[in-house]
Amino acid sequence: MTTTLPAYDEVVARYEPVIGLETHVELGTNTKMWCGCPTDFGGEPNTRVCPVCLGLPGSLPVANSAAIEATIRIGLALNCSIAQWCRFARKNYFYPDMPKNFQISQYDEPLCFDGYLDVEVDGELVRIGIERVHLEEDTGKTLHVGGATGRIHGATESLVDYNRAGIPLVEIVTKPIPGTGALAPEVARAYVTELRDVIRSLGVSDVRMEEGSLRCDVNTSLNLPGEEWGTRTETKNVNSLRSVERAVRSEMLRQASVLEAGGRITQETRHFHEDTGDTTPGRSKETATDYRYFPEPDLVPIAPDPAWVAELKAALPELPRLHRRRLQQAWGLSDADMQSVLNAGAVELIEQTVAAGASPAAARKWWLGELSRRANETGVELADIGATPAQVAELQGLVDAGKLNDKLARTVLEGVVAGEGSPTEIMTNRNLEVVSDTGALTAAVDEAIAANPAIADKVRSGKVAAAGALVGAVMKTTRGQADAQTVRTLILDRLNAQS
Amino acid sequence: MTDVTAMTATQIAGLVATGAASAVEVTQAHLDRIAAVDGRVNAFLHVDTEGALAAARDVDARRAAGAELGPLAGVPVAVKDVLTTKGVPTTVGSKILEGWRPPYDSTIVQRLRAAGTVMLGKTNMDEFAMGSSTEYSAYGPSRNPWDTDRIPGGSGGGSAAALAAYEAPLAIGSDTGGSIRQPGAVTGTVGAKPTYGGTSRYGLVAFSSSLDTPGPCARTVLDAALLHAAIGGHDPRDSTSIPAPVPDVVAAAKLGATGDLSGVRLGIVTEFGGEGAEPGVTAAFNEAVDTLTKLGAEIVEISCPHFRYALPAYYLIAPSECSSNLARFDGVRFGLRTGDDGNRSLEEVMSLTREAGFGPEVKRRIMLGTYALSSGYYDAYYGQAQKVRTLITRDFTAAFERVDALISPTTPFVAFPLGARTSDPYQMYLADLFTIPSNLYGGPGISVPCGLSEGLPVGLQVMAPTMADDRMYRVAAALESAVGTLTPPTM
Repeated sequence: MTTTLPAYDEVVARYEPVIGLETHVELGTNTKMWCGCPTDFGGEPNTRVCPVCLGLPGSLPVANSAAIEATIRIGLALNCSIAQWCRFARKNYFYPDMPKNFQISQYDEPLCFDGYLDVEVDGELVRIGIERVHLEEDTGKTLHVGGATGRIHGATESLVDYNRAGIPLVEIVTKPIPGTGALAPEVARAYVTELRDVIRSLGVSDVRMEEGSLRCDVNTSLNLPGEEWGTRTETKNVNSLRSVERAVRSEMLRQASVLEAGGRITQETRHFHEDTGDTTPGRSKETATDYRYFPEPDLVPIAPDPAWVAELKAALPELPRLHRRRLQQAWGLSDADMQSVLNAGAVELIEQTVAAGASPAAARKWWLGELSRRANETGVELADIGATPAQVAELQGLVDAGKLNDKLARTVLEGVVAGEGSPTEIMTNRNLEVVSDTGALTAAVDEAIAANPAIADKVRSGKVAAAGALVGAVMKTTRGQADAQTVRTLILDRLNAQS
Repeated sequence: MTDVTAMTATQIAGLVATGAASAVEVTQAHLDRIAAVDGRVNAFLHVDTEGALAAARDVDARRAAGAELGPLAGVPVAVKDVLTTKGVPTTVGSKILEGWRPPYDSTIVQRLRAAGTVMLGKTNMDEFAMGSSTEYSAYGPSRNPWDTDRIPGGSGGGSAAALAAYEAPLAIGSDTGGSIRQPGAVTGTVGAKPTYGGTSRYGLVAFSSSLDTPGPCARTVLDAALLHAAIGGHDPRDSTSIPAPVPDVVAAAKLGATGDLSGVRLGIVTEFGGEGAEPGVTAAFNEAVDTLTKLGAEIVEISCPHFRYALPAYYLIAPSECSSNLARFDGVRFGLRTGDDGNRSLEEVMSLTREAGFGPEVKRRIMLGTYALSSGYYDAYYGQAQKVRTLITRDFTAAFERVDALISPTTPFVAFPLGARTSDPYQMYLADLFTIPSNLYGGPGISVPCGLSEGLPVGLQVMAPTMADDRMYRVAAALESAVGTLTPPTM
């Protein structure tokens, strides 16, 4: 079906969107949810497995208490109530990457429920209701071989890797989010971003969307003002923050075009395509599987001690939003400046650089300037650029001590990024230190005066500005390692001129 | 030396400990006995000759080195094929696991090895422990040594038959609705279902997770208690395992063997009377009640009004859990795979595998359970059955405020002829009428021989409160001291 999509402005003028998000977060526990297998990303296929996570006959799960604690902490950070007693449940369906052909999850008794997360969009706070936070196990991965697209359709064979099977997975489900209007795509993105930051601040997951440790499904529906909410679709395969925003927008446009043409929306799962930015239909929910949930009989109920939950709550770190607000004030930044720090993903880097001794202004200068430029050029995340906050602070320390000037510091930083060592090591090894030995400098100055008698005469006669040419000559012979201000003073002294 | 296969485990352990017999000699004698009679009994699905002799040699070597041996060292044991054994075939009596050699030992088998027992092999059973006769085994039925045209009970008929045929002095069973106790009753042997959670389920191929309980089978109460003590106790790999020591069942069996039950109050469940049991069974049971009275026990009648709903509740809960537990048998990772010709879809191969691999009773229960858990039916079936389970538990709790233990016939009828009940599932299900309540409650139960009816053994069941397994051993051992063990006709 080829249709011309309506303009976004027209869509939001006519329809009201309701969105909702289901986010899965792989916990960074040392071991899997029900067994002692390691959880590291990757690894040779089917090497991080045992009878339990392979679902071999006779094997039994034992719940990972670190995962339960992490889930409760996520729930508390999202202002949820924590269940005093709850159970795991089996979700039954057949799929080859699910070893037992049921997933141990939670059904009507989630560990955490009824919370919220405040996010900032365009300087305004939007409160996102949290329906539930529950704990379950991840599935293995199926690799379809021989098909054109890596999809099951057309594949000649399928390979299954169970390394991921049984990794603890937390599912966070929002309540429906109405009333965001044209901002719906941005709200969705802001929510996932904030959720990611909250979870990262708890230290319970590395929340990397590109590695799949944070995965997102986006629900979208449209309705006319004053009418009931429309039929929703669930968009999967949304694998980046940018995609979250694009997926909502694309689905709003698509649904509007269907509705405008007098059609109706099918309740279905849709797949987002990163390359085209649109969605295509997946399995229809009208033939939804009956998962036959029932309480998991192989596990005992979870009954977190309220006193322990209170301790966990008291020990929660500052919320990222509040933390950022405090940093902005400490660093003396305008909203716009803080926004550029955020956009560059540099908050923590600058914070750690300041903690290592640099001034906020200097830390910001390096991370948003030279290092951001290099990150953009090479297409890597700023945090992965190769320079650490400690190294940047050390570099700035050398500048502050007069050992490096700005130009030399940039050269040293290149060495740091290239992995040549610490700034001090690079400065020494590459002989980049500012020449401060005045004996050597005086010789260079005398040489420059001797080589440029006409200019020297001008300076002697009071045309101090002409000294710049001599400074340049000295800088050239010292390969830029002299401090320009020192050179200038020496020249003027030599020529008995006043600056 | 007299025939060691006729000895109790206690006697054999004594021979090995004193050096009067080596573990290898004992093991070889039992392997010879198996070779001689198992063609007629079909108790074993797999005899692990090499593994058994290696284990026996290890016991002899440790004894020679002066190591301290446990009370069951050198004693052969037969293990129901429901428990995983590393490198040794484990089929659960099903075609769908034919040829599967597990990469790991169940906790029970690990503990058997640690105790120095010698595993002879794996015993026959109804497929996935679903049945009361072993006729649902994919590998042919076992036969009752008392009369080889009759069933040895089920699902653990193989283990019970091996004991009654003197192929092994000890065996392991698993009891979901009576699969240890009912075979014990109809073969004249002793079978105990421990408290749920008192023995580890790790490595027990699940039928119904909330009911499955591995336990000991033997020819004497004391032997059963020794085996119980060896395999029982907390296992961190089973979340439902109880973190408490095993009650001192061995001391209780020894106390009971003195024949004194004075001060012990036993309850007879009113609802088990009536037309439940066949006359010969009722007669043998009543005679045993008189014997218990003579031993000093006080007998009272107790009403457990919800026991009548136990069978229907069980046949909702157990199939529901089984429908989920058996989903993993799909031909993808282990066991049978059927129809994988490179053209069929994954779904087709899964379906063909399950079609070919599961027998009719297993399919019946998977369908029952799938239906009972379905959206819209859950509350009426599974949910309602769970409520009944709670009520039955309350009946037990109330009863145990008045009595120390409950007694009943173990099963309503003696060993029936092969084929007599296979055409009507309900007639088969009735075999577990008296054993199912304690599975739903989670408490222990034991079957001990109490007499004969028409020349066939009758068992008496003792049911005790959870984690009071010692009480049932005391009562059972006292009855045994008066009635004696039952000796089947020599084969």
